[in-house]
Amino acid sequence: MSEPRSSWPLYEVFVRGKRGLNHVHVGSLHAPDDEMALRNARDLYTRRNEGVSIWVVPAAAITASSPDEKDPFFAPSGDKVYRHPTFYAIPEDVPHL
Amino acid sequence: MDEELQREFDRVVAAEQRIEPRDWMPEGYRRTLIRQIAQHAHSEIIGMQPEGNWITRAPSLRRKAILLAKVQDEAGHGLYLYAATETLGADREDLTQKLINGRQKYSSIFNYPTLSFADVGVIGWLVDGAAICNQVPLCRTSYGPYARAMIRVCKEESFHQRQGYELLMTMMRGTEAQRRQVQDAVDRWWWPSLMMFGPPDDASSNTEQSMAWRIKRHTNDELRQKFVDMSVPQADKLGVTLPDPELRWNAERGHHDFGTPDWDEFWRVVKGDGPCNAQRVAHRRKSHDDGAWVREAATAHAAKRAAKESAA
Ligand SMILES: [Fe+2]
Ligand SMILES: [Fe+2]
Repeated sequence: MSEPRSSWPLYEVFVRGKRGLNHVHVGSLHAPDDEMALRNARDLYTRRNEGVSIWVVPAAAITASSPDEKDPFFAPSGDKVYRHPTFYAIPEDVPHL
Repeated sequence: MDEELQREFDRVVAAEQRIEPRDWMPEGYRRTLIRQIAQHAHSEIIGMQPEGNWITRAPSLRRKAILLAKVQDEAGHGLYLYAATETLGADREDLTQKLINGRQKYSSIFNYPTLSFADVGVIGWLVDGAAICNQVPLCRTSYGPYARAMIRVCKEESFHQRQGYELLMTMMRGTEAQRRQVQDAVDRWWWPSLMMFGPPDDASSNTEQSMAWRIKRHTNDELRQKFVDMSVPQADKLGVTLPDPELRWNAERGHHDFGTPDWDEFWRVVKGDGPCNAQRVAHRRKSHDDGAWVREAATAHAAKRAAKESAA
């Protein structure tokens, strides 16, 4: 009996769609090592030129905020509305602003 | 606490927002999703076989390259969907075992044989066409990873359907024998394609809860009607006859009336007694077993490399 494939680590895959854009999470895959993860990601997620660059990251290496913490965790930005341009009233007739 | 979580879940679903992997969700919701997405993934994987059958015998290099790309896409669809089940806590290897041990199902359509190259065209046109009808609404399903996987799948499906229809148009411009092959394939695949939407609404036990959870967006009968209405003008243009004497336009309803699929046949095939059930699962099991040494070698190679790196 062979090792179950799930013993291969899970990788999350991020693709940069084109120059000028951020890498965006597209999905996941299992692979025995980083290099195979990258090759498999190319075959699985970029069969139609969907990307110019790929990142693969072991899922175990990702630290995420948990949904239960959501409110307090994101609160510091929630009460700083002055970070948004719409916070500022500017007369209609001021151009290019 | 649970009540509060349930209320938040209900609110997100009702507001047409998406449930994401780390959110609280009812156990039934999780179980239903795993079952549905796994069955969907298995269908993509088993679905490679009927068409894969023709890759080595495609009539031209062009058709062969197209068919290879299409079958490769179906493998990709399966993998996107297995990835989605894993965000719910399922295990890919475990799902594969369930498929090859016959404990989980896949779409019954793939238990029919592909007897001529015209079948490749008809599968693209009707089977992928029916899949598109099913899948487009799933792009708005309530579970985020499933919806995103479906968006990727749908983008690729339109190539599948168009290559099939184009193949059939080419054959219809060919010889009398080729036209007969196309009609024969349509005759064999039409009714099984209608069955792809599942049993009629009054016999579909899971529909109501799935609609409430917004996993499912339309009933089986609604989707089936939509598919019939779409297919009729396409069949006309192609010059083939759909094998249903009851098929006619109903101006009052603004839809086509059509006959009843043979639901006894449907249940027989679902329960394992279709023309190719045993062959499909046996082939999947064999290719999984035949690939074992590759998986082992890759694991051994990775371990050796990791040991070398930590020693260095
Ligand atoms: Fe597919
Ligand atoms: Fe397809």
